[in-house]
Amino acid sequence: MSLLNVSELTIKIRKKTVLHKVDLSVERGEIVTIVGPNGSGKSTLLKAIIGALEPDSGSVGRSSDLRIGYVPQKLHIDPTFPLTVRRFLCLPYHFTKLAIQQSLEQAGVEDLELQQMADLSGGQFQRVLLARALLSKPNLLILDEPTQGLDQAGSANFYRQIEGVRNQLACSVLMVSHELHVVMATSDKVICLNGHVCCEGKPEQVASAPEYLALFGSGTQGALALYRHEHTHSHDHSHHHFHENS
Amino acid sequence: MITFFDSFLVRAAFAGFGVALAAAPLGCFVVWRRMAYFGEATAHASILGVALALTFSFSLFGGVLIVALLMATVVSGISGRGYAMDTLLGVTAHSSLAVGLVSVSLLQGVRIDLMSYLFGDILSVSKNDLLMIWGGAISVLIIIKWRWSALLISTINPDLAHASGINPKREQLVLTIALAIVVAVAIKVIGILLIAAMLIIPAAAARPFSQTPEKMVFVAASLGGLSAIGGLRLAYIYDTPTGPTIVCVATTIFVMSIIGNYLQRTFIK
Repeated sequence: MSLLNVSELTIKIRKKTVLHKVDLSVERGEIVTIVGPNGSGKSTLLKAIIGALEPDSGSVGRSSDLRIGYVPQKLHIDPTFPLTVRRFLCLPYHFTKLAIQQSLEQAGVEDLELQQMADLSGGQFQRVLLARALLSKPNLLILDEPTQGLDQAGSANFYRQIEGVRNQLACSVLMVSHELHVVMATSDKVICLNGHVCCEGKPEQVASAPEYLALFGSGTQGALALYRHEHTHSHDHSHHHFHENS
Repeated sequence: MITFFDSFLVRAAFAGFGVALAAAPLGCFVVWRRMAYFGEATAHASILGVALALTFSFSLFGGVLIVALLMATVVSGISGRGYAMDTLLGVTAHSSLAVGLVSVSLLQGVRIDLMSYLFGDILSVSKNDLLMIWGGAISVLIIIKWRWSALLISTINPDLAHASGINPKREQLVLTIALAIVVAVAIKVIGILLIAAMLIIPAAAARPFSQTPEKMVFVAASLGGLSAIGGLRLAYIYDTPTGPTIVCVATTIFVMSIIGNYLQRTFIK
């Protein structure tokens, strides 16, 4: 049984249809990436999945053992709000000191426990959000454009971290991203969204689908080139190792 | 039988302290959620509650509570429909104050001291008032304590709250109710015009000395209590209106906190 099964989901916001009959399923251990232009309903879809928005029709089916770890789009913590990282991780449910240290370590920020949230850099902040999501031992990690505001090296790092976490926890990942070239290589399934599901499939299939090309146009060429480049690069790399070993 | 609370000064001190205690956690949320104007609108609307209570001769506390709740509900109901929140609050805060003042003046056969509602009259606090104030303050503290974590996460981000199974709209309602109670208990002590000041100033003064939300509430309560007692004392000595005097003391503490923070950052770091 799928971990998550969204079926014919329709959502209207102020009488405007934002999502129209969207189908989506996430299997155990799968990495699913949602891509789509601005205003295509990506965040709305995630909000419906976490229960922040009620569907106008259709349904969001959650498996009975589903535990979601949610990493929101870059959020702003007002500097008037005094909050240490440790205190933030204990909201709204309390966790032991050990559990907090473990999750910070998994997210790659083990020494930030006593820092103020408002003093963190963009990359640190996202990792703390990741650590918070990991505390509840999720089997589905949901990330909404988690690398917004990070530079290219920073976001590549962040995605590597997520892959590591996925391998360690064996959880599924559902994420929204606009950095196609970085995320595509690691995704099992890509869903191209523009109010409805335009196309979906393996990364290579989606990247060459006419619907996808129509949406992303010339910008895609660069991204695709980069994606292919990374692919061959990693191939070369393993090749190299092979030679060394023999 | 003569008791401790027979002295009007003792009653005044306890009344001021009770209000400071209830206002502290609410004030912190008002600062964190940028609801300063919301607090003011609720407070200003309460004069309408005073008018209602006098007209239909029921409890002042009840009248204020009902109007404050109504006000808060109306404002959150119409927000996000074409007007910015501060515009809406500007309209509702001042119009409700105006309507309240007009209706109070239209009351037949009732002579009321308007000034005591606008600026508070802490020295005339009766034993009954004291009971009301502490009853209100304790219920606010219990409500906030009960919902504390849920309120904090809803304040940080509504989506994070949803993902943890908490409905931020319900938490907003909890805050609204608590705010209405604080306004109702603070009228006698601070007066309608300055209740918002008693919410915001101690919380703002507490910020530089706080690393966690709990500490900020604790420091705000202490500073609020200090302002109430100090203001009361000064008002008694110089025969000034107590509400404004208490707020003046709070403001002085706020300014000292800014200067202290500045000095600490400059010379110690």
